[in-house]
Amino acid sequence: MSYNARFRVWRGDDTDGELEDFSVEVKEGEVILDIIHRLQATQTPDLAVRWNCKAGKCGSCSAEVNGRPRLMCMTRMSTYTEDEVITVTPLRAFPVIKDLVTDVSFNYQKAREVPAFAPPAELAPGEYRMQQIDVERSQEFRKCIECFLCQDTCHVVRDHEENKESFAGPRFFIRLAELDMHPLDTKDRKREAQATHGLGMCNITKCCTEVCPEHIKITDNAIIPMKERVVDTQYDPLVWLGSKIPRRSAMAASKSLAAGDTETAEARARERLRDKPSDAAALRTLAEALRAQGRFGDASKVTRTQLEHAGRGRVARMEAASAHAWTLLCAVEDGEVELEKAEDEIATTLQLAQRLASTGTVLAGTHALHNLMHGRLAEAVEHAREAIIWDRDRSTRADDLVTLAEALAGLGESDESASAMSEALQLWPDNPRLTGVRANLEDMNVPTA
Amino acid sequence: MTEIQRHRFDVVVIGAGGAGLRAAIEARLQGKRTAIVCKSLFGKAHTVMAEGGAAAAMGNVNSKDNWQVHFRDTMRGGKFMNHWRMAELHAKEAPDRVWELETYGALFDRTKDGKISQRNFGGHEYPRLAHVGDRTGLEMIRTLQQKIVSLQQEDQREHGDAEALVKVFAETTITALLKDDATGGSGRISGAVGYTRENGTFVVFEAPAVVLATGGIGKSFKVTSNSWEYTGDGHALAMKAGATLLNMEFVQFHPTGMVWPPSVKGILVTESVRGDGGVLKNSEGKRFMFEYVPAVFRKQYAETEQEADAWYDDQANNRRPPELLPRDEVARAINSEVKAGRGSPAGGVFLDIASRLPAEAIRKKLPSMYHQFKELADVDITAEPMEVGPTCHYVMGGVEVDPDTAAATVPGLFAAGECSGGMHGSNRLGGNSLSDLLVFGRRAGLSAAEYVDALGSARPTVTDADVEDARTQAEAPFAGTGGENPYAIHADLQQMMHDLVGIIRTKDEVERALAGLEELKARAAKISVPGDKVFNPGWHLSLDLPNMLIVSECIARSALIREESRGGHTRDDYPTMSPEWRKVNLVCRPDGAGVEVTQQPLPVMPPELLSLFDREELSKYMTDDELAILPEEKA
Ligand SMILES: Cc1cc2nc3c(=O)[nH]c(=O)nc-3n(C[C@H](O)[C@H](O)[C@H](O)COP(=O)(O)OP(=O)(O)OC[C@H]3O[C@@H](n4cnc5c(N)ncnc54)[C@H](O)[C@@H]3O)c2cc1C
Ligand code: SF4
Ligand code: SF4
Ligand code: FES
Repeated sequence: MSYNARFRVWRGDDTDGELEDFSVEVKEGEVILDIIHRLQATQTPDLAVRWNCKAGKCGSCSAEVNGRPRLMCMTRMSTYTEDEVITVTPLRAFPVIKDLVTDVSFNYQKAREVPAFAPPAELAPGEYRMQQIDVERSQEFRKCIECFLCQDTCHVVRDHEENKESFAGPRFFIRLAELDMHPLDTKDRKREAQATHGLGMCNITKCCTEVCPEHIKITDNAIIPMKERVVDTQYDPLVWLGSKIPRRSAMAASKSLAAGDTETAEARARERLRDKPSDAAALRTLAEALRAQGRFGDASKVTRTQLEHAGRGRVARMEAASAHAWTLLCAVEDGEVELEKAEDEIATTLQLAQRLASTGTVLAGTHALHNLMHGRLAEAVEHAREAIIWDRDRSTRADDLVTLAEALAGLGESDESASAMSEALQLWPDNPRLTGVRANLEDMNVPTA
Repeated sequence: MTEIQRHRFDVVVIGAGGAGLRAAIEARLQGKRTAIVCKSLFGKAHTVMAEGGAAAAMGNVNSKDNWQVHFRDTMRGGKFMNHWRMAELHAKEAPDRVWELETYGALFDRTKDGKISQRNFGGHEYPRLAHVGDRTGLEMIRTLQQKIVSLQQEDQREHGDAEALVKVFAETTITALLKDDATGGSGRISGAVGYTRENGTFVVFEAPAVVLATGGIGKSFKVTSNSWEYTGDGHALAMKAGATLLNMEFVQFHPTGMVWPPSVKGILVTESVRGDGGVLKNSEGKRFMFEYVPAVFRKQYAETEQEADAWYDDQANNRRPPELLPRDEVARAINSEVKAGRGSPAGGVFLDIASRLPAEAIRKKLPSMYHQFKELADVDITAEPMEVGPTCHYVMGGVEVDPDTAAATVPGLFAAGECSGGMHGSNRLGGNSLSDLLVFGRRAGLSAAEYVDALGSARPTVTDADVEDARTQAEAPFAGTGGENPYAIHADLQQMMHDLVGIIRTKDEVERALAGLEELKARAAKISVPGDKVFNPGWHLSLDLPNMLIVSECIARSALIREESRGGHTRDDYPTMSPEWRKVNLVCRPDGAGVEVTQQPLPVMPPELLSLFDREELSKYMTDDELAILPEEKA
């Protein structure tokens, strides 16, 4: 009944490390954590991992399995096939202490920023009276086991260190909601959520709800009701920006970008870079603004700087490397840069990104475009399809669909190509890559309207 | 020399479970600078796993409940080996401690009139457990954690520093307690030494008062509901500091742990399943518990299925179902059924709630059990029975303390919660631990603060030599290479304790275990671990192992001496309770590299408490001499 599984586990700390390969026995009914323990007992006694209850009750054993945030003690091996390589990496949003153990102190810091339960002063212990129906709403949020998977997955902080200061994250939005809905709490939590905890930065993607092992409806039951109430109270969310002066132009830049005003975004970001040429947020926004304008060649200069300044942190370097490789490839596709000239840089950057990535799938879309540029159409299709399975946000999915459509068209599969293209258009009609791609496809008789 | 961090506190609380947090809150409320030290992250201590509830005679569901009834149930559950004073304080103070949690923000399930709801549990005469679904421990730990945070917010406002009075040292393991003997003191506590998991740095706490709240010992056994933290550290630290342990032979095997799949064997199936109507059946489909009601409980338990089922709706006119007997009885019954060949395929028995409650009600009342079986065993408990069997769950034995002050026998040392002894006698009732944590956690924090006040400026000091000693010992596993593997020794210890000192014991087997322990100790002295001190689990385990070994030895030695069967100690060769042995506490103290066990009289219950029981019941437990002090008319 047992078999040997192939595991890839991140070994190292925040500055250096790599995925190490293991072959390890798996027995009936086991979960990922059992396998990690077997590795400790038989192959790597010093492999660091956190756990306590092994029953999904304490929220200690959070990690990413094949790129998905999960509790290792509740992830059964039977959800994977026997020949699948299972990659286990630490939570991406937090600095790695060692191996699978991350520094989650951010969360304890945020916990301290939420003012405590404030009952009516005149009520003596033993006199509290509440109806079951009234406590149930808050009880849902008190099921939280503080696994911080939602914090890890939320894109506002996942790859944006700079947002951490002003954003408490979904775990603490439910804490605020819990207090807000507590029948006996006397404080105004509504303004607080927006004013000090960054509720306004949440754009209701629901990723947090999807990963919550306690099945707490974080978005529907906590965030959305709180947002509605905040609107009710007519509070101006921009006021708090005033207190964040040093960051202001970077913030303003990313706000303009979000509003679709890429030129203002570009100007603001450049303004910020004059003060601090290595500002990660401003560089990222500038690259994005340039890409949005279809200026991939210019954007690739920015992503190069970004990579140079990314430091030694695994996640930041991986992100910068993959952004740079992607941007260069777009510039090639668009004809702004010649493939022969850029190929060495693309290849080394992509290799670097791959070495740092938690799974192959994260970079599948980039590999697809790379293959496409080299005319390796079948490989391009395969990678693009893999990428699409894992894609989380609209624009990445749209991009991968575009790559897929081009590769399929090249292979003569015009129907499939057209349907990929139409989905891509629906998802992101303003994709700047489309200008070049449209012409290509129309040459090959694939409709792109 | 490795860097050593030094801190000064008034009170150091070791442990951040219910007992530790409640102690720390109290010490802080008394104005003491308090450190909380724990092995895991803040909020992850074992208490988080408690499911069923916290027992407190609030009388919200049945107004006949009061502290006297709770006291009686507790003494009966412990087979009258409890320290009567602890049981009394516990029963009297539990309601206040639970209500207090509401003021910190806890949200218990409610009755129709808006009070805290209470549920039935084994051995409790009335519905008594305050609960939140089946995640009461989580509610408790989060509430106490948030109370600490709120105190820190107050300190931030007042002193400009959130950690001015209370600081949490998470993922920090204490490896030794320090005393002032070296500086000519009188053997008082002067502090504690430990290391941080994150980077292996050593930490010294200079403090005149230390509260142990380190929980239990289950990791010495193979099948257990306990987590890696339960390596008996507090028990071992206390012994090494010269304090005594009480009645270590009493280990509770919870009757219902998961038995399948193998990797989750031991994980708890809460007693609430039975409290809410679940029944135990053998492979022949028979509700076998009716056959196992012992004479001392015959009066309180139903004799027919009809009566047992009627009890759930009408408790005044029916007796309780035998599935709700105290845990030791149910665990032994399951053990016997399996031995007799009437077990389930995976070697347990069946626990059936599916045929007893509608699916919706099961999901509502037992959400985390539903979840646990669905995700870990692929079993839908609303449609099919669970397979369950005994699992090592709780240690009744622990640090000998004064009931009112929680003080151990070493000045400056206090203990509360599962690591202390006496409160639960030979067997703990479900739900009595969470309330115990609150009652005695608070008392320990209060007494520690008073002790510090009484010292004034005459505080004991820590010497560098002591610290250096502790550090050298902790670094020993790195000294060589190619030595013993700590994981292998641990696995062998667990298997041996399971086989030879488990739920049913004999002289011969316990003696073999003692010999085996000597071998394991010798192997443990030769451990070597690779890697460095940064978050190195192999190293951590090799420092926990000596604690497990010394605790295992305490259990085995005491088990050999107590020649009777009572609560969490069953001797196949002495199958009945003996009134003579009831009068005897077994006390462990270190003896060279081993353990010495001596006999000490059990404190005598005063007549006013004795008179809460009728003579006939007491006569099943006590000798005629003891009963002589009862007023005649009670006879
Ligand atoms: C699955 C399960 C369900 C249960 N359900 C119930 C129930 O429904 N009702 C009930 O009353 N009881 C229940 N119990 C029992 C109860 O939960 C425990 O007895 C109780 O929580 C113990 O609390 P504590 O405060 O003594 O210790 P814990 O909560 O275990 O905390 C121990 C603390 O000590 C720390 N520590 C240990 N060693 C060291 C060291 N060397 N250095 C630093 N820190 C250290 C740990 O890190 C931890 O923070 C249950 C137990 C289990 C396992
Ligand atoms: S819904 Fe909001 S909080 Fe949740 S992941 Fe999305 S942005 Fe983050
Ligand atoms: S809300 Fe859910 S995902 Fe987030 S920390 Fe709590 S349990 Fe984990
Ligand atoms: S170990 Fe507790 S949730 Fe996984």
